[in-house]
Amino acid sequence: MTMVTINGEPRELPESATVEMAVRELGAPDRGVAVAIDGEVVPRGDWASTRVRDGQQVEVLRAVQGGR
Amino acid sequence: MLEIAGRSFESRLILGTGGFRNLEVMAEAARESGAELATVAMRRVDPSARGSIVDVLEETGLEILPNTAGCFTARDAVTTAKLAREALGGDGVKLEVIGDDRTLLPDPAELLEAAELLVADGFTVLPYTSDDPVLARRLEDVGCAAVMPLGSPIGSGMGINNAYNLRLIIEAARVPVILDAGIGTASDAALAMETGCDAVLLASAISRAADPPAMARAMRKAVEAGVEARRAGRIPRRHYARASSPEEGLAELERAEPSAPAT
Repeated sequence: MTMVTINGEPRELPESATVEMAVRELGAPDRGVAVAIDGEVVPRGDWASTRVRDGQQVEVLRAVQGGR
Repeated sequence: MLEIAGRSFESRLILGTGGFRNLEVMAEAARESGAELATVAMRRVDPSARGSIVDVLEETGLEILPNTAGCFTARDAVTTAKLAREALGGDGVKLEVIGDDRTLLPDPAELLEAAELLVADGFTVLPYTSDDPVLARRLEDVGCAAVMPLGSPIGSGMGINNAYNLRLIIEAARVPVILDAGIGTASDAALAMETGCDAVLLASAISRAADPPAMARAMRKAVEAGVEARRAGRIPRRHYARASSPEEGLAELERAEPSAPAT
């Protein structure tokens, strides 16, 4: 098992889980989403090949209403 | 026509999407405002949230400009801009780096650093800045595509607090000047355009008005009126009145005093 934090919540992912699996675990939409791990952006093209490791902080963001 | 980094917009009103009750009201106000560009913020995915602002803005025909609202350091702002580029696919970013919780005034040092880093990374950077003409020039010098001075603090509705500084920024700028923050009502937007701003960005004044779509309509007219008034060339201010009707040919309506009888 891999223990990570996704958007501030502790989550358990299977061993050798990828960013793609983390995003799916959260129930995020397919479009308009971006991911950072420990403050570094993971480009969409790398989601399937990037492993999530124990203790990492995964942030999954999207556009919301904002500005002035 | 407003031109930012080679892109043209008919409308000189940019809509912030914060503060609307829901996406339906936002879409109606967006249509009434005539805006072609709207800002969005980047936040954690909430799987239970209904509706996508991106879809609604696209259906309404608005282009999306992500902001870095909520960032207090250059590092956070740069990462947020990169996340926005990943999520939304554009190179434009409305850069905000806040330095104070209570006033939400920009942090000049962090802002300039973030602007420089983002320009180097190929972003079209539109920075929210204080009304300091020197900082505006520095932002322009590092390659920002526009400068966006505040009229007064975000959401305060105080209008333009330092018209003198704003004029200095406009005089010196070689990039568009977009008044960002502080607009409370239509006359503030008109004044910004009369002063020589290229555009205004506002949201609270519309989204928190009692009738957002009606205020959006008022803002559209105010911006257009301000632009036309600026072009038309206002009269100089005078200390005393200047009669607008000719003095020549005035009738003599008081009976002249009868002259004293000859003795």
